[in-house]
Amino acid sequence: MKLLIRGGTVVEPVDGRMLEQDVLLSDGRIAGTGRNLSAAGAEVIDASGKLVVPGLVDMHVHLREPGYEAKETLLTGARAAVRGGFTSVACMPNTNPVVDNAALVSYIKNTAAALGLARVYPVGAISRGSRGEELAEMGHMKKAGAAAFSDDGQPVADAGLMRRAMQYARMLGMTVISHCENKELSLGGTMHEGYVSTLLGLKGIPASSEEVMVARDLLLAEETGCRLHIAHVSTAGSVRLVREAKARGIRVTAEVTPHHFTLTDEAVVGYDTSTKVNPPLRTAFDVAAVKEGLADGTIDVIATDHAPHTIEEKDVEYERAPFGMVGLETAMGLVWTELVVGGVLTPLQAVTKMTLHPARVLNIPGGTLGAGAPADITIIDPAASETVDPSLFESKGRNTPFAGRALKGLPWAAIVGGRLVMVERRIADSLE
Amino acid sequence: MAINGKDLISLKNIPAETIKLILDTAEPMKEIIKRQIKKVPTLRGRTVVTVFYEASTRTRTSFELAAKYLSADVVNIAAATSSVSKGESLKDTARTITSMGADVVVLRHPMAGASELLARTVDASVINAGDGAHEHPTQALLDLFTVREKKGRLEGLKVAIVGDILHSRVARSDIWGYTTMGAEVRLAGPATLMPPGIEKTGARVYNDLEEALEGADVVNILRIQLERQRQGLFPGLREYAVMFGINRDRLKLAAPDALVMHPGPMNRGVEISPEVADGLQSVINTQVTNGVAVRMALLYLLTGGAHIEAAY
Ligand SMILES: [Zn+2]
Ligand SMILES: [Zn+2]
Repeated sequence: MKLLIRGGTVVEPVDGRMLEQDVLLSDGRIAGTGRNLSAAGAEVIDASGKLVVPGLVDMHVHLREPGYEAKETLLTGARAAVRGGFTSVACMPNTNPVVDNAALVSYIKNTAAALGLARVYPVGAISRGSRGEELAEMGHMKKAGAAAFSDDGQPVADAGLMRRAMQYARMLGMTVISHCENKELSLGGTMHEGYVSTLLGLKGIPASSEEVMVARDLLLAEETGCRLHIAHVSTAGSVRLVREAKARGIRVTAEVTPHHFTLTDEAVVGYDTSTKVNPPLRTAFDVAAVKEGLADGTIDVIATDHAPHTIEEKDVEYERAPFGMVGLETAMGLVWTELVVGGVLTPLQAVTKMTLHPARVLNIPGGTLGAGAPADITIIDPAASETVDPSLFESKGRNTPFAGRALKGLPWAAIVGGRLVMVERRIADSLE
Repeated sequence: MAINGKDLISLKNIPAETIKLILDTAEPMKEIIKRQIKKVPTLRGRTVVTVFYEASTRTRTSFELAAKYLSADVVNIAAATSSVSKGESLKDTARTITSMGADVVVLRHPMAGASELLARTVDASVINAGDGAHEHPTQALLDLFTVREKKGRLEGLKVAIVGDILHSRVARSDIWGYTTMGAEVRLAGPATLMPPGIEKTGARVYNDLEEALEGADVVNILRIQLERQRQGLFPGLREYAVMFGINRDRLKLAAPDALVMHPGPMNRGVEISPEVADGLQSVINTQVTNGVAVRMALLYLLTGGAHIEAAY
């Protein structure tokens, strides 16, 4: 089966090229790129005026299966992913049971693969049950296909355990993804600690709650030589710490979510529980620092931390609502609108942070359109615009504060393994 | 004339003329309370529902009396705190309230934003009777009423608020109310109980209690909760009493005719010494009476404020 993508602007993050070219896909692989390609019997997609980029990779999502299928399943999560232009996602292990063993890693991999939508890479837990007490079987999980290790949702409070996890992960050649939070400092907090939390009377989560753990984990990464990835950086102090650590040669990468570079704690005014996320939305000062970090390369990756919840769970008092917002279906538009149109990143930089960089952190295929690479492609229409309408989401989660927001630059098509799985924001199986 | 808007959730963004209207309306209401027969037919046929997720006999009774003096039907829903943990949501309560046909709902809730959530859900007017550490607007209004009654004005007064500002919904509503009415607000208390950025409200934060009290016309003393010590927010009650308790000597730093106020219930000997609580400058009992008058005014104004003349 062949697919010819004609007339688009091809973005190749590996060597930073952006050229008007055709891309030919054959047997699930990229056969070649070049001008005026032709192939007998190939299905042709006209991509003129659009960007043809390696399939987007979201290295931080919560798909909720097993255990919380009312929030999301591998199927609805994978559908949401491709609607958002993501051809690969890495899902965090904080399901029920926690993904802390090889059998569950295999279950997620196999179940997701059978769906034929986005590729799903399970992240294995650092500790058994993510309880932070003893190491999970990281070696077995790696063999079963775990892409990285994380107790995301929970910080690894015990520095000794985190140190051993990094030593072990280093031996396996794997990345440890850290959810940086000091629970004593964030205790009972539901939003950023500052003037807005004071006004609203909500207990705050100080910036230091994140920063002390970033600092600790950077020191442990330096000591162990392990590859450390800081999840959802939200504060100016964290950006500074990562920048300094990189300058010292520590093997660290970092990600930021679209909501952390788009919204501030002012969004919590009115107590809309879809603004309740962990780490919390910070101040304009932090948002500016995060954008600076994106621009200067301190922050390598854009990831959504897609965290679906049911309407019932979120339609309660702010303090009672669970943390998290959905992100898969708004990410590309927010990146384009806030960062590209906003002049923070070039299209190439933005694409690199959503493709090549996360693929490298996870050591998975992707991030390139080079011949022989898997035919995972996202086609972005920079001219397209939409008003976010959660009722159109493929995700079961509707918990987004972006409803009604006008976004530009949308994923127009997604191709996984040479198969067109999404066109014009509709999943392929509903195209017929 | 009535209040614009359906609810009273917060004193932030409430204009001075509205506050003045409420205080002016409370004056004739106070006259009613002083009568032998404390009842006017103003709210006959109207239903006021009080929903308290947190026990507060004082506030609930104050609202209940206010409604009864105006001839409204009053229903009390004591939403046990346990129902929150049992998972009965505020939304369920809202459905109950709506089916009761309530005109006004008075909500006390341990979580900030609860009254705003309820107000969005029901057609009835919602009065916030305290939501977490957010606001307690009727307490602030009765504070303003009491000060205006005693001092004849609010503008230009120096108001010191002392104690646990961090957890105080009264302090937040007071700050908005006083600054809107042209008074100067000074805040003093332990650094660990001072919320970040509070000075952006226009209030001034004093590190030194004595400086905050200097020449103050009003000294509003907040309740310190024992629980805060258990949370490690300050070292001990005795130390608190020594460093931040208001006693006769400290009170001398304030203006000679300064008013002593407290939203109650008091911890005598901790944040307030008994001789200050019961002293000549104390208007704590007046605050309680005025609370009923102010709440009558609010119920009246929120239900449309029709036929005040009928009250006489
Ligand atoms: Zn996390
Ligand atoms: Zn997460």
